[in-house]
Amino acid sequence: MIRIDSVTKRYPDGTVAVDRLSLEIPDRSITVLVGPSGCGKTTTLRMINRMVEPTEGRILLDGEDVQRRPVTALRRGMGYVIQNAGLFQHRTIADNIATVPRMLGWGKQRARERAAELMERVGLDASLAKRYPYQLSGGQQQRVGVARALAADPPVLLMDEPFSAVDPVVRKGLQDELLRIQDELGKTIVFVTHDIDEAIKLGTMVAVLREGGRLAQYAPPAELLSDPADAFVEDFLGADRGIRRLSFFASDALELTTDPVVPADAPAERLTAAGAPYLLVTDADGRPLGWRERGSTGGTERLLPYGRPFRPGTDSLRAALDCAVLSPTGWAVAVDADGRVTGVVSQQTIGEAIRSAHTAAGAHSAPARGEDEKVAG
Amino acid sequence: MNGFFDIPSDLQHSWAGLIGVHLREALLPVAAGLLLALPLALLCNRFRWLYPPVLGVTTVLYAVPSLAFFVVLIDWTGQTELTVMIPLALYSLVVLVPAIADGVRSVPDETLSAATAMGFGTVRRYLQVQLPIAAPAVIAGLRVATASSISLVSVGALIGNQGALGNLMAAAQKYDRPELAANAVLTTAVLAVVCDAALVALRRVLTPWMPRSGRKRTAAPREELLTKGAAR
Repeated sequence: MIRIDSVTKRYPDGTVAVDRLSLEIPDRSITVLVGPSGCGKTTTLRMINRMVEPTEGRILLDGEDVQRRPVTALRRGMGYVIQNAGLFQHRTIADNIATVPRMLGWGKQRARERAAELMERVGLDASLAKRYPYQLSGGQQQRVGVARALAADPPVLLMDEPFSAVDPVVRKGLQDELLRIQDELGKTIVFVTHDIDEAIKLGTMVAVLREGGRLAQYAPPAELLSDPADAFVEDFLGADRGIRRLSFFASDALELTTDPVVPADAPAERLTAAGAPYLLVTDADGRPLGWRERGSTGGTERLLPYGRPFRPGTDSLRAALDCAVLSPTGWAVAVDADGRVTGVVSQQTIGEAIRSAHTAAGAHSAPARGEDEKVAG
Repeated sequence: MNGFFDIPSDLQHSWAGLIGVHLREALLPVAAGLLLALPLALLCNRFRWLYPPVLGVTTVLYAVPSLAFFVVLIDWTGQTELTVMIPLALYSLVVLVPAIADGVRSVPDETLSAATAMGFGTVRRYLQVQLPIAAPAVIAGLRVATASSISLVSVGALIGNQGALGNLMAAAQKYDRPELAANAVLTTAVLAVVCDAALVALRRVLTPWMPRSGRKRTAAPREELLTKGAAR
């Protein structure tokens, strides 16, 4: 475990980058440090591997002050991933990945095998091993950066805004990949970002820092969203935290109905029978085709689009609500892994599920403190 | 062309021999300058305040005429090749120190941070990361220093036949054989071109990691220094 114990970093010119910060970073999980620029998050990260020395306080790694460890040994035991990857442009991809193993004295062959293994793990084609960094895209370079950090199998991974410089689509891919790798490897990851959405997506614990390097709140992401500690955290979370919080509620408890679901070849009286104002028409395999307004006639080409379906169990309540909001009928379509309709659910039912989920989570339904302050101001 | 390669015997060398001496007198100082410039540039990058004064000193040294160096040095090193080579080595610093320092400084911050975070010490990082990445800039500096040095060796003729191919020019006057002066000029020019081509080839070999077209990610020495060096 990494324990940051009332650490302060004050520069000679009097600037305080980090102000009496204390954090317990749990093992084998992702802890995210997030905050606006100038909040000391990168400084904090760099104090863990002693690239910056604290002015006061100490940082304990498994109970031992990092100051007492030889600095090179300490650093070689911690993987480090940086924005823009920071690859060695004069070395091949395989050599980049093998850097720390080679410094630790591994043989050439063993280091090369390790590099190949890691390239596979981070989703890089083996044919890239002999290439140079300039021949790779930004996203690929960042994968190499992650592979390089993992090369000597360090228990700790420090990641400094690793995905900030790539486009949103690639970033999402890298985030998913990191979560997958973390599932497999279970490293202790300290992750710095200025992107609150990234923090909420990746973090097991999220530390929100404010300017001047002070801790605003340290909590799991769901708690951050439901219970921001103050106006600063609430502001930082953005306007739609209520919606985003739904990402943490499963959709499998939603009560689905199959009443309005009919196959396209169903007898005509079923299509005109009384009941819901809309019917979801499916093909012979049970995959959705579209919504039919009750009483309307005509072929499947006249159907209303059904929007994006959600998968109960895999998708969250947020996804379900999104489907219902996007659907022209106000009903969300639930499908199984093969895309077959398992039922439909109305916005109203989703709303009830949200309320009961909040109750179950013990969430405060009253407006958060920050909102009161804003109203008062 | 009669007597073009007919070198007067008082020069004590054949044409090929003069070329050998010329290359030695021109290239050894550049090599010495490089050995001196590498740690100097490292120091300049480590202690930023050192860079302006170091640049100032190398520029002043560059401004001292070689004849003045000869007058001072001749008491110590006599009428030898060494007397010619010492000023040439000092001259090369004016190009090499900024070429290396700026080249090394142009290595991206992320690369340096990544190296530090992986446990590279200062010296290892300089030798294994910064210098290799600065190689194109260093070689660009070497090209200017080498061409300049090859042309400057000729002044050695002033201190008793230590000017290699430059001695041919003195002989051309002495024996009234203008073809020897033409030989000296042409041979010196060819040597400079051949050495330059060799350095370009060396850069190709050393930097397989550079994009073949466009070199936006690598450093080049400062433009004014290139022109300053070339003008001499």
